[in-house]
Order: sequence, then C-alpha cells, then structure tokens
Amino acid sequence: MAGSAKTEKFDNKTIQWINDRLPVFSMMQNEYGKFPTPRNFNYFWNFGAIAMAMLGIMIVTGIFLAMNYVPTGSMAFESIERMSRDVNYGWLLRYTHMNGASFFFIAVYIHIFRGLFYGSYKKPRELIWIFGVVIMLLMMATAFMGYALPWSQMSGWGVTVITSLFSAVPLVGDGLVTWLWGGFSVDSPTLNRFYALHFLLPFLICAVVFVHVWALHVTGSNNPTGVEPKSEKDTIPFSPYYTTKDSFGTVVFLVLFMAMVFFAPLLLTEPDHFKQFDPMQTPSHIVPEWYFLPFYAILRAFTLDISIPFTHIVLLTAKLQGVLAMFGSILLLLFLPWLDTSPVRSARYRPVYKWCLMLLIAAMAALTYAGAKPPEGAAVWFGRVGTFYYFLHFLVIVPWLGKNEKTLPLPKSIHEEVED
Amino acid sequence: MKKTLLFSALLLTLSSQAFAAEEIALPKQHWPHKSLFGAYDKAAVQRGFQVYKEVRSSCHAMKFLSYRNLGDLGYTPDEVKAVAAQYTVTDGPNDDGEMFERTALPSDPFKSPFKNDKAARAANNGALPPDMSLLVKAREGAEDYIFGVLTGFEDAPAGLEMQPGMNYNKYFPGHQIAMAKPLADGQVSYSDGTGASLEQEARDVTQFLAWASEPHMEQRKQTGLKVILFLLAFAGIMYKAKKKIWAQLK
Amino acid sequence: MDSTLKKGGNRRDFLYLTAGAMGAVSVGSAVWPLVDSMNPAADTLALASTEVDISKVEVGQAITAVWRGAPVFIRHRTPEEIAQVRGEDWQSLRDPQKDEDRVKKAEWLIIKGVCTHLGCIPLGTKPGQPRGDFGGWFCPCHGSHYDISGRIRKGPAPKNLTVPTYEFVTDTLVRIG
Repeated sequence: MAGSAKTEKFDNKTIQWINDRLPVFSMMQNEYGKFPTPRNFNYFWNFGAIAMAMLGIMIVTGIFLAMNYVPTGSMAFESIERMSRDVNYGWLLRYTHMNGASFFFIAVYIHIFRGLFYGSYKKPRELIWIFGVVIMLLMMATAFMGYALPWSQMSGWGVTVITSLFSAVPLVGDGLVTWLWGGFSVDSPTLNRFYALHFLLPFLICAVVFVHVWALHVTGSNNPTGVEPKSEKDTIPFSPYYTTKDSFGTVVFLVLFMAMVFFAPLLLTEPDHFKQFDPMQTPSHIVPEWYFLPFYAILRAFTLDISIPFTHIVLLTAKLQGVLAMFGSILLLLFLPWLDTSPVRSARYRPVYKWCLMLLIAAMAALTYAGAKPPEGAAVWFGRVGTFYYFLHFLVIVPWLGKNEKTLPLPKSIHEEVED
Repeated sequence: MKKTLLFSALLLTLSSQAFAAEEIALPKQHWPHKSLFGAYDKAAVQRGFQVYKEVRSSCHAMKFLSYRNLGDLGYTPDEVKAVAAQYTVTDGPNDDGEMFERTALPSDPFKSPFKNDKAARAANNGALPPDMSLLVKAREGAEDYIFGVLTGFEDAPAGLEMQPGMNYNKYFPGHQIAMAKPLADGQVSYSDGTGASLEQEARDVTQFLAWASEPHMEQRKQTGLKVILFLLAFAGIMYKAKKKIWAQLK
Repeated sequence: MDSTLKKGGNRRDFLYLTAGAMGAVSVGSAVWPLVDSMNPAADTLALASTEVDISKVEVGQAITAVWRGAPVFIRHRTPEEIAQVRGEDWQSLRDPQKDEDRVKKAEWLIIKGVCTHLGCIPLGTKPGQPRGDFGGWFCPCHGSHYDISGRIRKGPAPKNLTVPTYEFVTDTLVRIG
C-alpha cells in the first residue's frame, strides 16, 4: 500500500495534499474502488456489508441509549422506562437496538451459512474464517450482556442461569460464579460489570472486523464457483459494481428491519421482559433469545451422568457434558478449515455435501425448536437428534466426505461460468 | 454446591413449570389499537382512566405514569392540573429538614396507594397488587388476559377447595386469585353517559392500560409508515441504479 | 472510478443523483432522533415551572429557590435599596437597563442566580456573604459585582443577571417559569 501511494493522482488539491502525507485516499481507492472482485457474486455476498451496517447501527443507538441508562439494580429498569416514555425518540432508539440485535444475528448467520456453502473458510482463507468465529463469539457475549441491562425478570434470571453454567467447572466452579457475580447472587455489581463489558465489547468486535476484512483483502474474495479468479476477465472493480449492489441489499434488509421496529417491536420479546427483576421469584417460562436457542438446546441435550460402571464414581456430570458440548459446538468451528479435507470449495459441485449441509440446517431448526420448549416429549428428541447430527456433521461427515465424495466438474474460470 | 443445586433446580423448574399449569384459552377480543395502523380509542381510554382512578388505584400503583401524561389522552392542562390536585404527595425535605405534604402537580408521578411493596402486601393478605403501568406488556395474552381476568370472576365450581382469602377466576392461571372481584355493573358512572356495564368497564380500563404501557404507539406507527414507504422507494431507486451500472459490464 | 458513471445520459445522471439524495435523506433523518434524544426529555420539561411561597421572606432578606436545577434569587428589597437603584444613572451601565424593567413589584427582585460570565453562583443572598462593591451580589469565580437590581457594575461579566419569566399567583406565591 505504501509503495503505490506516491503514484496516485487526485484532482482535488486538498485530497492530494493529505494523501501525500497519509495515503488514506489511495487506500480507499485500492481497497474499495479498484479492488478486483470476482464478477459472479450472488446476493448471499451482501450479508458482510449488511452485518457491518448493523454493527454501526447497534453502536450508534447504543451510545445514545447509554446516555440515558443507569446501571444500578434499583434504577436500571426505571431508567429504561423513562427512556421509552420521556426521552425524545427514546422508544425508537430502544426498539431499534433491541430488534437490531436480532437482525444483526440474522445477517451474521446468513453470512456464516454462505461461508459454509461456498467453502469460503478453505485455504488460503482460514484466518478470515477464524476471525469470523471470534466475531461471532464476541457478538454472543455482547448480546448476552446487553440482555441483562433492562434488569427485567428475563434479564436477571437469564444471567443467573447462564453464569451458573460456570459452576460446572470442576473444583473452582462455585468460586468462579461468585467472582462473576461480584457477590452471592446476581445483583447490582453484576449488572454494573455487565454494562461496562457490554459497552466495551462492540469496539473489540470492530477491531476483529477490521482484521477480518484486512485478511480478506489479502486473499481476495471467494465466489459461488469456488474457483480462484485467473485473469482480469474474471474480476470487476469493487466500485461501482459491488458498492451499488451492497447498498441495494442493505436497503432491502433495512425495510424488513424497520418494519419490525415500527410495527412489531415486541414480537420476539417475552412478557417477563417487562417485569422488574425479582431475585426471590423465578418466572414460569424462561427462554433465551432465538439466536441462542440451538446452543441452549445442545446444553440441555445431555441428561445422563457418565460414571465408572458398577460404581457410584461420576466421571462427567450431565451438566458438565452439556456445558462442554455447548462451548465445543462453537469452538469446533475454529478447526473447520482443517476438518474439511475436500479440494473443492463450492457446494455447487459437491452433491452429497450439499445435502448434508441442508441436514445441518434442519438440525439447527430442530435445536431451535428444542431450545424454545420445555424438555419434555418430542422436544427432548429434537434436541438429542439435533445435537447428535451437529457433531456428526462437523466431526465425521465433513472429514470423511472430503476424501470420498465424487464431485462435479469445476468450470475452467469464473467468466466461462458466467457466460454459460 | 449450593449453586449447583440452584442451577439444576432452575433448569428443572423453569422448563417444567411452564407446562405444569393447564393452558387456559383466553377468548380473543377485538381491540381497535391492535391492528396494523390502529390508534387508541381516546374516549375509551379516558373512560378507562376513570375506572382506574375510581376503582383500581386504591390497590394498584402506576409508577411510570405522571399526571402530565394524561394530556396525551386529550385532557386540557387545567383538567390535568385538577386531577393532580386531588392528591397530596410527600415532598421535601424542606429547609427545616422535615418532609412535608403538598398538593400534587402535573409533573408528579401517579400517587401509589402504598408506601412500598411490603406495605402493599401487608394490606392485601400477603399478595402484592402488581404495578399496572406495564401490565399489558408484562402478561402473556396481553389485553385479552386483562379483560379475561376482570370479567372472569365466578363462584368456585363445586368440589374445588379454595385457599382462604382467594377468589375463583376462570382465566387466572391456577384459578385462585387474591384480588377480589374489582369491577361490577354500575361500579362507576361515566361522565360521557356510556352505560357502565361490567364488560364496558373492563374493556375501557384494559384500553387505558394498553395506552399506559405503550404511550408512543401512535407516533410509532405513523413514523413507521413514512419510513417504510421511503425505504421502499429508496430500494427501488437503488435497484435501478444497480441495474444501470451492471448493464455496462457486458 | 467515475469514468463509468460519466458516460451515461441525463436519465442515468438523474437516477444516480436521486439515489445519492435519498441516501443523504436517510442518513439525515436517522441522525435527527439521535440528536433530539439529547434535548431535555418530557419529564425534565415538566419541571420547567416551580411555585415559591415568599410569605416568610422579611424585608431586607433574600432566599434561593431552585428552578430548572439552578438557583433563583428572590430578594425582598428595603425602600432604601429601591430608592438607591432607581436613583442611579442607568444609561451609563455596561448593560443599560432600568430597575423598573427588571421587577414586577418594586420590593421583590427575582433573578437567576447564575453569573453571566461563566455560570458560577454569585454570593450575597445569605446574610454574612460578601455582597460586592454595589451591595448586591459578588461572584467569587472571577470577581463580578452586581448591584441590588442584579445589574453588572464591575468585573468581567457582560450582562445583568437574567430575570426569569415569573408571575405572582397571589401576593405571597410566585410561579417561576
């Protein structure tokens, strides 16, 4: 980047002056103007830009909400009510932020599915994928902590249940939970630290997004064929082609998002979210936000302690199995670039893998259903089968298929495929 | 260990309790403000406020509302002031360090019937009458539930053993409610001449509570309509612009 | 990157201009709620007027009332003080104003207790506090002296102490704001 800076010429003298000293304009032009991008992206490729827009919306609305929020147990619920009732457009900021979390996850989950389908995690893009998984983990932590802030029944008990997961850690578990809480129950100190972290983490996400995109600009984007661009015919400049396409996609996404904010802002919100946290009374029905449901179902899928046969020595409690499986289900994604051994990237040319991926989607749907329901009857089996397939898919099917699948012939180049 | 137990108990109770109580089918009512562009029926909401003020405010607080909010219901500033002036609130401390009583002003929050939750429980047989400012949003079934409970008081079916001090209600989960039947035919006499049947009172007070829990609903829907129409047009223009640009490729 | 855009005809230019304008409008209208959320909220505005009972303020005394989170000085002026501020040549003052224009009733002076220099609270309301060279108020931050009509007489402040909007509800009850 630094080398090419000297050669750039801009009509505007001020821009030229700045660029000679700090080549930001050269960088913009190289990375977002001329940046050679495969010409055959479909609309799945919009979701990176959309996710970025959502991150921006969440940070901006969050900062203005923070100006009216009081992070103490006695005031939090009230301050949010005041915000929704008395602060100018406070209701809009709140509903945008609240539903924004859901739409951010929608965009990111589609973005991840895109990566899985077209093999975007494969060599040489492993680091891009790993940074992406880190972003998802940070998003989950941020969303969870944000959910605590209204200090409602759902907030308080959600925090209680999820932080209590750490009590499954052998030996130090209970101490760890007390440390997380800053007391002997979920109370004001817990809320206050969650608030501090909820404010901090998004900026950490921004930093990881930056390296995620930086790494992407080193390797260049994958594309629906999974075949690397070979000549200039295969690529087009990012601007104006993808700037307009991304903008169009983002506006369409915003239509859906805003329709929810203005006409169904509470569709995904449980009634218990409008009762102040009462540490003496657990609500009768507590479920996490929809984007956590599959992982919540994995947590609950384990019900049998593993013990040494014919003794009462428990090696692994059901609870610890659940906790390990839940965290494991996300962490194993970090190893996906090496678990998938197939030389072909795009599922378009992998007929069997394509169906396995659809099964994974079905498993996620089953897990979502199981996570939303009390663990009884069919929901239990949905949870178990979903969990079983989830791990089977990544740990067995993907490595095995890579070596044994008969793939379809790949197009010679991107432009050949486009012109067909 | 304690936490382990707590946690397991939580997971168990949380998940089982929801389905332990039998599902009660609430009759669906028609609420004008629930439709896509529906607004509050101001006359009904005003009547509902009258029901709240004359009947229900003796037990239920509405701490997130202030008298000034009544202005949004169509009351004039003088009327709002007159409503507020019916109450005295504690203010202070004054220069002598003493708390003192004064007439409430429009800027004051609705006066709570009890000093605190414990006082409320003590006066109500151990049960806490919930704050009603968010009640519609905080109950499964929302408006239909409130209306159902208000109109659902009946004599307990034969054979059902009632706990002392409890009342039978066909729409309350578990059917035993500490609240005595609050509304009856002719409980209030409406200033606009509407007949005060039990059902009318329940319908009106429910709409008042719906307004109280979401006072910005009308502004939200109106703004929303403009935003969506604008964004749809914007999306159309962006689509055309994108197509024009991509047409240059071939 | 502009070369591709410039080739098109007027219709195309119009399309891009419209798209750009709509983008600008969306950003603009998204920014307004954010900015407006920082304005005083409805509950803050509701406290914009306050009523003060002045029946217990003796002649020669002053009290401080709170209005919009800031002090308001209410001084029950003596006949000598009134005569003094009304006898002076007001036209030569830094911020020329007649005392008659600053009060509704000659014996009651009601002014915001916020120095017009940089917002400190001037001394002189409580007995024993320095009242400056002109017998009114003295701002300790940068040494502004105000007279018994709240007018700036000496020091850095540019303006007289502000008179809030107020009215006498009764002879002993003032509504400020």
